Amino acid sequence: MTAIEDTALKLDPEEARRVRQERLERIGKWVLPLAIMVLAIWLWDRICVWNEIPQYILPRPGVVLQTLHNDAGLLFSSLLVTLRITFLSLLLAVIGGVGLAVLFAQSKWVEMSFFPFAIVLQVTPIVAIFPLINIYIDNQTTKLLLCAWIVAFFPILSNTTLGLNSVDRNLRDLFKLNGATRWQQLRYLRLPAAMPYFLGGLKIAGGLSLIGAVVAEFVAGAQGQSSGLASRIIEAGYRLNAPRLFAALILISLTGILIFLVLSLVSHLILRRWHESALKQER
Amino acid sequence: MIQEKVAQTPAASGEAPMLLSLRKVGKVFSNGVTALSKVDLAIREGDFLSLLGPSGCGKSTALRLIAGLSTPTSGQLDWRGSIDRSNIGFVFQEPTLLPWASVFDNVWLPLRLKGVSRARAQPAVMDMLSRVHLTGFENAVPRELSGGMKMRVSIARAMVTKPRILLMDEPFAALDEITRFKLNNDLLELWQDERFTVVFVTHSVFESVFLSSRVVVMAARPGRVHGELAIEAPYPRDEAFRTSPDYAALCRQASDVLVNAINSTAGSHHDGH
Repeated sequence: MTAIEDTALKLDPEEARRVRQERLERIGKWVLPLAIMVLAIWLWDRICVWNEIPQYILPRPGVVLQTLHNDAGLLFSSLLVTLRITFLSLLLAVIGGVGLAVLFAQSKWVEMSFFPFAIVLQVTPIVAIFPLINIYIDNQTTKLLLCAWIVAFFPILSNTTLGLNSVDRNLRDLFKLNGATRWQQLRYLRLPAAMPYFLGGLKIAGGLSLIGAVVAEFVAGAQGQSSGLASRIIEAGYRLNAPRLFAALILISLTGILIFLVLSLVSHLILRRWHESALKQER
Repeated sequence: MIQEKVAQTPAASGEAPMLLSLRKVGKVFSNGVTALSKVDLAIREGDFLSLLGPSGCGKSTALRLIAGLSTPTSGQLDWRGSIDRSNIGFVFQEPTLLPWASVFDNVWLPLRLKGVSRARAQPAVMDMLSRVHLTGFENAVPRELSGGMKMRVSIARAMVTKPRILLMDEPFAALDEITRFKLNNDLLELWQDERFTVVFVTHSVFESVFLSSRVVVMAARPGRVHGELAIEAPYPRDEAFRTSPDYAALCRQASDVLVNAINSTAGSHHDGH
């Protein structure tokens, strides 16, 4: 049909502006942050040169990169230690958070009785609890895991609990009408309905488990018992080895970003067919 | 209780055996609202019965009582013979589908909850999908469907267990008129093929007259049966019936009863019946 071709060829000014705008935004989304990042690094380098700042206070970006390369063996083996704690604690946070949420979902009474304890655990700063954990637990890994777990499990617990309780009332009635058992209701209705909430909690918990692992190492590392990235930072701080300190810091940041991206991707893949959050905005 | 003169026509399906009778059924909620008061209702095998009334007349409450989702405060429901929940199909006002599950899985659900495997449920599910004209859509998820198609899935899900009675709570209220007419026709077709019993809640005079063999008009505050109208037009009813003078006359009758029901509520605090 010619009519269709016509509209495809000759956009009115408003539509043309919208198409242009969309194209610009698509490019800008990637180019702008990258450009700002490059600019910031360049400025960092220039400031070091212009003000003749000594390397032990603020190393130039090139030196940091060089250190990252030279100390790769040391830094990456430390990264592995930190990653191990991070992933194990995230795994435990998922198991513990979902497990507790399912338990809470079984009865309002259980939730009412135990949820406040979870909040207490969440709002007490982990750094303040650590000395106690240090007294009670001997095993280094267990110590760190427990700390990271305490930090990471709450978002999963609270989100999953919310999700399990946000089931459409009519769907609940439908299951009741069809004589569904408690288990069937959980398996076929409440767990799938809680999935978007759980994945939201998981994204937060992923970042928190890394933070938890690093903070735990910091506290433990101050006592010279850790070999993770945090202890490298402390060590480098003592020795005024600023380049290595920066290199370790960058590694931690990149790890955090990577964890976030991977979990976002997982979330998108699981929800893309049905959940609003994963759908492309349509005009 | 006021009985309309026009409402005293005996039910057309008088000879069919009784399926369910409600005797002086009342429901009072914990907040003190009397949702239903002394409702007497006889539902016969094969009836297409509409509950028509203004909002707040307790028609949805009545449906929930029949479904067993709620229990009456007073009075009783007598089923003929034994009926368990698998004999009841329910269609909600919203399609109420599992958004993460395919059309097939949504229709399979009632059977799945009874322990029927996917393979064994396959013929029944596919048959039901073809009867609601959704063949080829079994792998779609609800968000890929239009409002009318979602409602078709919902009907297929309610019918896949071959219930003896289908309860529908304003199922087409949210649809556009063209879609609603189409679904009305298809529902009637399904009903005529299978001859199950339908209790259909609606606030539309036109819809209730087009579909039903009996229209029960309800009044509000407290929710009660105001009168009944037998719709004696023959089935099958099609688009020609929709524009016929008979249909218009029946709609006017039903509309008059409904207006009376609404007025009886407005005046109920001083005529105190």
